[in-house]
Amino acid sequence: MYAFDIERPTTIADAVAALKADEAQPLSGGQTLIPTLKARLAAPSKLISLSGISDMIGLSDEGGALRIGGATKHDTVAKEAGATHPGLAGLAARIGDPAVRHRGTIGGSIANNDPAACYPSAALAHGATIVTDRRDIAADDFFTGLFDTALEDGEIVTAVRFPRPEASNYQKFEQPASRFAMVGVFVAKFADGVRVAVTGAGEDGVFRWTEAETALSSSFTPGAVEGLSVSADGLISDLHGSAAYRAHLIKVMTKRAVAAAE
Amino acid sequence: MPKDTGIGASTRRREDVRFLKGKGEYTDDISARDLAHAVFARSTMAHGRIVSIDTSAAEAMPGVLAVFTGEDFVEVGGNPAGWLINSRDGTPMKEPKRPVLAHGKVRHVGDAYAAVIAETKQQAMDAVEAIEAEIEELPAIIDVKAALSGDTFVHDEIETNQCFDWGWIEDNRAATDAAIKGAAHVTTLELVNNRLVPNAMEPRSSIGAYKESGDEYTLHTTSQNPHLTRLLISAFVMGIPENKLTVIAPDVGGGFGSKIYHYGEEALVLAAAKRTGRTVKWTADRTEAFLTDAHGRDHVTKIELATDADGKFLAFRTETYANVGAYLSNFATATPTFLHGTLMAGNYTVPNVYVNVKAVFTNTAPVDAYRGAGRPEATYSLERVIDKCARELGMDPIELRRKNFVKPDMYPYASAAGLEYDSGNYDALMDQMLKVCDRDGFEARRKDSEARGMLRGFGVNAYIEACGIAPSNLVGQLGSRVGLYDAATVRVNATGNLSVMVGAHSHGQGHETVFPQVVGEMLGIDPQSIDIVHGDTSKIPFGMGTYGSRSLAVCGSAVVRATEKIINKAKKIAAHMMEASDSDIEFKDGQFTVAGTDKSVSFGEVALKAYIPHNFPLEDIEPGLEETAFYDPANFTYPSGAYCCEVEVDPETGKVRVDRFAAVDDFGNVMNPMIVTGQVHGGLGQGIGQALLEGCKYDEDGQLLSASYMDYTMPRADDLPFFTVDHSQGTACTHNPLGVKGCGEAGAIGSPPTIVNAVIDALQSGGKNVTHIDMPLTPHAVWTAMTNA
Ligand SMILES: Cc1cc2nc3c(=O)[nH]c(=O)nc-3n(C[C@H](O)[C@H](O)[C@H](O)COP(=O)(O)OP(=O)(O)OC[C@H]3O[C@@H](n4cnc5c(N)ncnc54)[C@H](O)[C@@H]3O)c2cc1C
Repeated sequence: MYAFDIERPTTIADAVAALKADEAQPLSGGQTLIPTLKARLAAPSKLISLSGISDMIGLSDEGGALRIGGATKHDTVAKEAGATHPGLAGLAARIGDPAVRHRGTIGGSIANNDPAACYPSAALAHGATIVTDRRDIAADDFFTGLFDTALEDGEIVTAVRFPRPEASNYQKFEQPASRFAMVGVFVAKFADGVRVAVTGAGEDGVFRWTEAETALSSSFTPGAVEGLSVSADGLISDLHGSAAYRAHLIKVMTKRAVAAAE
Repeated sequence: MPKDTGIGASTRRREDVRFLKGKGEYTDDISARDLAHAVFARSTMAHGRIVSIDTSAAEAMPGVLAVFTGEDFVEVGGNPAGWLINSRDGTPMKEPKRPVLAHGKVRHVGDAYAAVIAETKQQAMDAVEAIEAEIEELPAIIDVKAALSGDTFVHDEIETNQCFDWGWIEDNRAATDAAIKGAAHVTTLELVNNRLVPNAMEPRSSIGAYKESGDEYTLHTTSQNPHLTRLLISAFVMGIPENKLTVIAPDVGGGFGSKIYHYGEEALVLAAAKRTGRTVKWTADRTEAFLTDAHGRDHVTKIELATDADGKFLAFRTETYANVGAYLSNFATATPTFLHGTLMAGNYTVPNVYVNVKAVFTNTAPVDAYRGAGRPEATYSLERVIDKCARELGMDPIELRRKNFVKPDMYPYASAAGLEYDSGNYDALMDQMLKVCDRDGFEARRKDSEARGMLRGFGVNAYIEACGIAPSNLVGQLGSRVGLYDAATVRVNATGNLSVMVGAHSHGQGHETVFPQVVGEMLGIDPQSIDIVHGDTSKIPFGMGTYGSRSLAVCGSAVVRATEKIINKAKKIAAHMMEASDSDIEFKDGQFTVAGTDKSVSFGEVALKAYIPHNFPLEDIEPGLEETAFYDPANFTYPSGAYCCEVEVDPETGKVRVDRFAAVDDFGNVMNPMIVTGQVHGGLGQGIGQALLEGCKYDEDGQLLSASYMDYTMPRADDLPFFTVDHSQGTACTHNPLGVKGCGEAGAIGSPPTIVNAVIDALQSGGKNVTHIDMPLTPHAVWTAMTNA
């Protein structure tokens, strides 16, 4: 780790102001950022902690949608989102281990956009809205590439708004070592159609499997995707699985998610 | 009624009180008022020529006390190989110098070429970044077979990259070839024994201190064998006289072999302590552990099994390429040879065995003994090819093994691979295994799995291993440069309690509990009044430490011998006290009695007398009650076992789940069943880790791809089933006083083939024609095998 200063604002406005400092960076749960600092892979001069901003913490109903504050911990989502968003709660319950879930936050996960992270698939499959200190961004426009998002410098994810699905489920096939998603598939069924988002597999990060969405929108059954196949082009090949294997798993996990959706 | 103290009691581990409360004292917990910190500059390339290292900027950084490079150590010795292996043509192995810091070339990612000593660790890290090293990158040699034919050399002077080409037993070669040629059936299998990273929970750490008055050094270090470390540093590397160097290995958080060896960092902190006049600490971070701890396994093997038409074994022949990495670690040459080749007859009456091992240098971290060390490699090759053979012959895999087992009336049994097995009963182990694993219920469980879309497989394995390392005479003939005895001093204090100083080192094994059980039983006193002292060369006799499942079999035997000496002397004192003759004294349950009378004195009274020798026959008996014994075993001990497991394979994803596992082991007499069971559990965890999860992978440029827990899969609790562990079928070791065999490595030796055999069985049951998959059997590996079948 290199030396840095830390500030703990209690309002979003103070945090945004503090982030104007040279090489300042937000710190949320620290489950990604702290290991990065320890390995000396980042050298921010100042960390702006978001964990004391009460407006960014907790779940609430917003016109039938579920609003989750950006600094809300995975464990809270796992315990409190289930009544309306069972797929989302199930996803949060399987992130990392209890220690990670009691520290890591949804805003940190979404802003980081790790290609193997779970939350981006939930945001994309729900057609969620990413709320920042300055604007609303549709999930479809937010995840722009590997560890890349539509966020501007100094912009904070203050909340994520999830419309309520009729049924949803997340199936995570774990990368054996990290237990992040090697292939994670989130299926969410709405009155106007089904959305399928895939994480862990794409070279550009999370993406929608539109063919499956079309098929599942006309018949929400595992059999509906049976005849489809996923191309290995653009999928990740690494130590843990080839692109062809990931392509295969996308279909298997999609079928399982549809079968388990509630 | 199980006993609650003494031999055979499942006494709870007394050391766990401090470990579970976080009160253990590990090397990194130790501090000093004048503490400074060492941080190493490590190569980021696998192979490179050092053109220049400019340390001037680093030296000028705040807090920097000293900067070392390889130049500082050209005058001192190298870290030696402890075992001389001769090639088939009679030439000795190639032994390149292994310097304290890389000099001339860097040879693997992580190879240290400089070190900074500074007031704080941060300052040392900053200064390391300021070292300007010009290193010209050279092509890397990673693949063992390519290494032998290419024109890139890890050590410029070794123009083949071959360390040795060893044949065992060379005189058996022709007969083995002939047996295979004429056999009715030959099964051939090519396999890889996957490279593993040891991953002790506590990373390596060393603290060097130097006292100018007296020219004395102290090294605190994470070692499994402080005396061996001191010997290596004194005699080979630094030339510090042994009596001027104290090595202390305090609590050590796991070793698994990786902390047997002397590493350059230990020499560096000593040199730095002298130069700076400060106490200098270095503690590895996890990345350094991945890059620089000696790795394990890494064999590429072809094995052939020849049988007659009925499945009687005629010959095993293997050809193995063993990766030794960039430098020879201390036991690197013994592991693929005498700890591997000598086991290649397994539990079987096979008449012909021939083993060829080519050891090869590559631009990877050094490879050395890791839990099991050579014996897992032997067992895996044998038990996989036997399983394949059974399938080819259409025979039941258990029946095929039984047909070839050494039978109980054949001991001592001279195996075709050169060892003399002293005892065992492999059929009894197999019988017991079948009993405890509910083999009869398997078909119903398989149907149930199939109903859920899963494939269930049953895998079996029989193993024998040689441990309790080792008879010095034998290993001396085989090339060992050290003896492998151990030592113990039993000190009876005046008030009747005991301190037992042992050469073995406990880093998880439970010596602090078990050794007192043995001594307490022998003396008829409460084990709680006996304490073990270990790990400090200034306090303990010269012993060789803990590895190769040797602590109880070798050091425990020394403890027994020393305690016997105590009893003999105490009898003399008791005879004097009771005015009887020595030969009339009987000792039982802590009481010395004059035979045929009711005259007796207690052990405590005798102890007091020994130290307050009033009215004492000083001409005949020295005061005091303290005895030392060195014990050198007559043979290895030969634990054996029958293991089986059931796995479920998800045919859609290739994911394997171990549903149940039964391990029936013959450890001879068992001193503490609970600790033995725990040792088996740990071994099984590591073996299942090797079989399903752990794969150490370098890319072709020599970058370690699996360099963190993000990519290297350690077994977690939920990867493992509940284990059925049984040691009811022990046959006592015939040559050590306790009749014990080593139990520390068995689980890691016996489990990998058990798992792989079960997965193959599952896939075959699902109609997939898969005969072999190389470990680790990750979901991707299994799916790929199914897809290609
Ligand atoms: C052992 C382990 C296992 C894990 N397993 C999983 C898993 O299975 N699935 C999974 O999805 N994740 C997993 N994670 C990651 C975990 O979910 C992290 O919590 C998450 O990725 C980052 O969230 P954080 O709150 O910790 O963010 P931090 O680490 O604090 O920050 C991450 C990045 O986001 C920025 N940032 C943080 N908050 C905001 C914000 N509100 N607005 C804008 N930028 C922000 C930071 O500056 C930083 O660049 C695991 C982590 C660990 C350590």
